[in-house]
Amino acid sequence: MKYVLLFCAEGADIARFEKMTQEQVAEQYAKVGAWFSENQARITGGNQLGPPEAATTVRFDGSGQSLVTDGPFLEANEVIGGYAEIDVADLDEALQMARTWPPMGTVEVRPVREMG
Amino acid sequence: MFREEAGRLTGSLVRLLGDFDVAEEIVQDTLLAALERWRRDGIPARPGAWLSTAARRRAIDRLRRNASYRQKVAMLETDPAPAPGPDDRLQLIFTCCHPSLSAEAQVALTLRAVCGFTTAEIAAAFLASEAAIAQRIARARRKIVQARIPYRVPSDGEMAERLGQVLAVLYLMFNEGYLSGTAGAPARRDLAEDAAWLAALLARLLPAEPEALGLLALMQLHMARAAARFDARGDLVLLPDQDRSRWDRGAIASAVRLIERAGALRRPGPYQVQAAIAACHAEASSWAETDWLQILVLYDLLLQMTPSPVIRLNRAVAVGRVAGPEAALAEVDALGGELNGYHLFHATRGELLFELGRLEQSRAAELRAIALTANGAERALLERRLGRDAARPT
Repeated sequence: MKYVLLFCAEGADIARFEKMTQEQVAEQYAKVGAWFSENQARITGGNQLGPPEAATTVRFDGSGQSLVTDGPFLEANEVIGGYAEIDVADLDEALQMARTWPPMGTVEVRPVREMG
Repeated sequence: MFREEAGRLTGSLVRLLGDFDVAEEIVQDTLLAALERWRRDGIPARPGAWLSTAARRRAIDRLRRNASYRQKVAMLETDPAPAPGPDDRLQLIFTCCHPSLSAEAQVALTLRAVCGFTTAEIAAAFLASEAAIAQRIARARRKIVQARIPYRVPSDGEMAERLGQVLAVLYLMFNEGYLSGTAGAPARRDLAEDAAWLAALLARLLPAEPEALGLLALMQLHMARAAARFDARGDLVLLPDQDRSRWDRGAIASAVRLIERAGALRRPGPYQVQAAIAACHAEASSWAETDWLQILVLYDLLLQMTPSPVIRLNRAVAVGRVAGPEAALAEVDALGGELNGYHLFHATRGELLFELGRLEQSRAAELRAIALTANGAERALLERRLGRDAARPT
């Protein structure tokens, strides 16, 4: 069963990440790296995302017209920092992975709808 | 009538079909059909076997329409009278009480899948509309399938946390039934009794888990005193004023044995401690002769395990009995920030102020308590107390 773990942060967590010193950031990266190698067998994909300021959003109105705007889909105080696609037995195993995510913050666990 | 059968039936169908959503729906449809049929033709000689055959037939009918289930249909057909399998109800309970479902959904799903409640019975118990409950259950069932919530008993490492969540669901269910109960015979199914039945089932299936035993003992102690909670006029009577001769001594003794069995496992927890406090009350011959020092020690232990302002409020009552109302009032006043909206905070304050002879303040606190009380029987009791206080010489 495939799930996507969405690594999110909001309000206080964003502030906490922004206040980190360079050493703390390096340490965090090391822990995240270790998490990815520990769970290597279950991870089938994933990426860290660029900053929300770099996002551009395309919205369609009721008549199908598209409108391009600067900025992310989510509210300014909520950020998705990255995601991992995993393949595990069931929700409990997915939750177990989410609960060991080193930067903490918020992790949304969403099942992937298998096509076909 | 269905309680012993429903959970087993759902459990075995989930195992057979590997699909919680379909299995649960089939069992509910079967129960509803049985209710209608039995009302007309009388209850069959072996209701369990009747239900199991009917559910199986229904499953075959339903799955035939779906090609991907062909193999399972063959299995159901070639195996017409399966030996009763292992008790799957433990898996079922853990699935229904999975933390990824909302608390309301956990309660509703457990009642339906494990206790055999109909949707209408759940709606009546929670004073909600049948459509709302049906939707809540349908959404939860869908999530179990879509998110693949596992159908299994948690491993040793996860057990403590997951069991704690299951026990919390059962206690919520129990309190909903127990506290909303009235003196008149309620027409609706007794939630408290079903919650105690579930706790007993859990204690039987997990005999080495002391907290399961503790919760069962706690429920039994509450129920042993239930008859004395209302007087002949149907008015609520609080613990200090209850007629203790109406308490069920046999049930109290059996609950105390459960607490001792749990204690012997040497893993104390909040339900065991709460049961021990309830046992202190249940074994005392009167409010005055209660072992308050022991209760105070138990509250201290409970606070270490689960710090909460409501527990501190209850502890303050024991402080009042051990060290006097002045000391108790100081403890209660310290909780004002957190509990200002809680009616029992003001009721407790009112009582302590009354004992101290500060009558005007006492009256103000009791009026505030009345204004905050939603439950009719409780409000009536507070109003009677206010009247009595005015008449009582000081």
